[in-house]
Amino acid sequence: MTDTVQRPASTIFRKPRSEYGLWSWITTVDHKRIGIMYGYAAFFFFILGGLEALLLRIHLAQANSEFLTAGAYNALFTMHGTTMIFLFVMPVSAAFFNYLLPLQLGARDVAFPRLNALSWWIFFFGGIFLYSSFVFGTTFAPVNTAGVAGNLPVGGGPGGFDFLANSANGGWFGYQPNAGPFYSTGTVMDYWALGLQILGLASLISSVNFLVTVFNMRARGMRLLRMPVFTWMTTVVAFLLLFSLPIIAVALFMVTFDRQFGTLFFEASQGGDPVLWQHLFWLFGHPEVYILILPAMGIVSEVLPVFSRKPLFGYSAIVFAGAAIGFLGFGVWAHHMFSSGITPVAQAAFGLSTMTIAVPTGIKIFNWLGTMWLGKLRLNTPMLFSIGFVAMFVIGGLSGVTHAIVPADWQQTDTYYIVAHFHYVLFGGAIFGIFAGLYYWFPKITGRLMNDRLGKVHFWLMLIGFNLTFGPMHWLGLQGMVRRTWKYAPEMGLEPWNMAATVGAFVIAVSILVFMFNWWQSRRRGEASGLDPWDARTVEWTIPNPTPEYNFAVSPVIESLDDFWRQKYDEDAEGRPVRRPEADKLIADLEHVGNNPPEAIHLPNPSYFPALMACGIPLIAWGIIYHEAMWGLALMVVGALTTISALIGWAIEPLEDEHPAPDQDEETSATAEVQ
Amino acid sequence: MADVLHEATATSGGHGGHDEHESTGVDNRKLGMWLFLSSEFLFFGALITNYLLYSNRPGFGIYPAEIYDIPFTSVSSFVLLMSSLTMVLAHNALSQGDQAQTRTWLFATAALGSVFLAGQVFEFTEFVVHYDMRLTTNPATSAFYFLTGFHGLHVAIGIIMLLSLWGISRRKGALSESSGLNVELVGLYWHFVDIIWIVIFTVVYLIDASQI
Repeated sequence: MTDTVQRPASTIFRKPRSEYGLWSWITTVDHKRIGIMYGYAAFFFFILGGLEALLLRIHLAQANSEFLTAGAYNALFTMHGTTMIFLFVMPVSAAFFNYLLPLQLGARDVAFPRLNALSWWIFFFGGIFLYSSFVFGTTFAPVNTAGVAGNLPVGGGPGGFDFLANSANGGWFGYQPNAGPFYSTGTVMDYWALGLQILGLASLISSVNFLVTVFNMRARGMRLLRMPVFTWMTTVVAFLLLFSLPIIAVALFMVTFDRQFGTLFFEASQGGDPVLWQHLFWLFGHPEVYILILPAMGIVSEVLPVFSRKPLFGYSAIVFAGAAIGFLGFGVWAHHMFSSGITPVAQAAFGLSTMTIAVPTGIKIFNWLGTMWLGKLRLNTPMLFSIGFVAMFVIGGLSGVTHAIVPADWQQTDTYYIVAHFHYVLFGGAIFGIFAGLYYWFPKITGRLMNDRLGKVHFWLMLIGFNLTFGPMHWLGLQGMVRRTWKYAPEMGLEPWNMAATVGAFVIAVSILVFMFNWWQSRRRGEASGLDPWDARTVEWTIPNPTPEYNFAVSPVIESLDDFWRQKYDEDAEGRPVRRPEADKLIADLEHVGNNPPEAIHLPNPSYFPALMACGIPLIAWGIIYHEAMWGLALMVVGALTTISALIGWAIEPLEDEHPAPDQDEETSATAEVQ
Repeated sequence: MADVLHEATATSGGHGGHDEHESTGVDNRKLGMWLFLSSEFLFFGALITNYLLYSNRPGFGIYPAEIYDIPFTSVSSFVLLMSSLTMVLAHNALSQGDQAQTRTWLFATAALGSVFLAGQVFEFTEFVVHYDMRLTTNPATSAFYFLTGFHGLHVAIGIIMLLSLWGISRRKGALSESSGLNVELVGLYWHFVDIIWIVIFTVVYLIDASQI
């Protein structure tokens, strides 16, 4: 940027300068702060999704229950799934990516700091938009829950909590034609389709950002096969997002066009094809499953070696297995559709491809077991959660392989067996892994350790509660209990296990309360962690805790895999690690240098524009839903003007000032982003 | 994968001003654009597949393949392809430091793109007014407007980016070094939009019409 252009940016808004307080968070482009905001927002949605689940479990504890109305039941199971996937597991993974990716690569920030802020704000406003349907949404159906025909409200009828019925209610997969314009008049599925579209945009932008960061921002010597496994899994996830999100974007546009502008994509009576929705949705949806689980696999692959005091067993095998899972993940989608009437040949082919996924997954499981084998295990909380992850994920994986057998799958489709399976992989898997990561990297954020005793209470409560909730669902499903159904009959004999599952859900809720208390206490009063509390292996632990604003006072040079460990430990004749005598001095030196950078470090300026640009987007989406009214069109125009003017402001704002040669910056990335 | 690893290590440090980093040697913004375009291929892949699926489904009303004006669309396709040539000329002129020529070719590219877009508006109007083929006539027409409409939107955004570059260059007299990269980025995007049109024209117009 030349000097002529530095003025105009500041004439629109005063350049943000505050370092503390609300404005500093709104304008920040620091990957660590963005990561923290992602984390807290995701946890907030986790609480919402959890409360929804508790209401569902109270309802299902008894046969013929009328705790919830049918409308509220539909809305709650839909929003529970949508929230946990798109508003909790994905953004909390994004929190880890944001916070850790640059640190593990030895970089000062991601490749495009302002785009990173934009991703976060789009996610934030997308979440608000999706949840605004509880307030503004309307829902009608051709037949209401009392069996009366006509264009009638879905809500009402026996039961309570009917005020929760006005939200997306077609399941997290939004099958057509149930979610189409005929069977779901009203606006709730528009909120759902546009909400997911916005959230997808956020993920797409961040996937480009993370990939460029991985390929271009690594510290000297950080070759691709020296990167920590978590960073590798981030890379695979970013590729999966990059290639699967455009497909769901097309599919969601089709839904929006069907509902808003009268296209006939899914209208069977006019030649439309509702099964196409299933193909497009699962062509995205199956890679999405790996988008949810691979970050947790990365976290566990970081934690297990540290607490086993051994190198990761088969580093390159685990990396390539992760990449293989990513590839195969695009070739198995129709196993979600065995009962949809696809041909026997397709069923056989997708059954086989589904079984092959078990191979790279099995490789990973054995790598983790091999890492722990003969290790000196330290059973701290992160380690417990990681072991819990491996055990629970194996159970979920085994029940998953049974879906590859087509006749068995027909029997299991839409039963609680499926619910049990995917909670074992996504809760027992992804969420256990996420908690392992939260306990493990808590010192990086706060400089303190979480209370280990409370952490263990949290772990055991959660493990017991989790198995009590989802274990019985296996037999419930095989006994014929159907998913997404408001009531079951008392004669079916399903009540005892349903009651057990409900008790289990409350045990999980208690464990989460323990975790929240622990987090809140440890932030203020936790034991100071020092630089290297876990005797860790990777480069993010070579800088002080909490992480300084500039990350690395001196850019690190990486000489091997597990570089930090090699600096601290030598091997004796039998290959056992021996701590070098100078290791303690090394850590003291790192602490000193890390806090006293030898030269001034230029960081990107904070900016208003990402937040401003993102806040126009939900306005456009609301405008599309209400485009038939004048004020809806007006809202769309206001939203578009907000976004476009923020884009212009962004384009002319310099990324860094007082910095003579801005190389590699993204001052004009706004141009690249118009599309 | 091995190739990527090899390339990454071979070119590490060979990247101006950033020799403390391992890097592919490709500028961040350019790499980002390539990645974004790879995602766009999947977007249009899904759109084109949609159309192929729906083009022969039984439904009511007129079908796009019955009324394509192949000679007209051939001409507008030719115009769009020529805009790729002018885009290359713009980039070439910039690399030789000829700012005036760069400006001219950028404008020419935007102008050719606008001619293409005008052709599409004319085509849509013709279809709706003369043949009463609407977005809501049958799934095939829905898919046709959906696909070509999204492509047209991409062309329109490209034109806006080209005109922005042209405007910056006019106002400041010259494009700075970093704006030079922008010419390349917009060029990448523009060629992508053209390539997609070649696929659409072949698969949607020529092959589909030949089957009637």
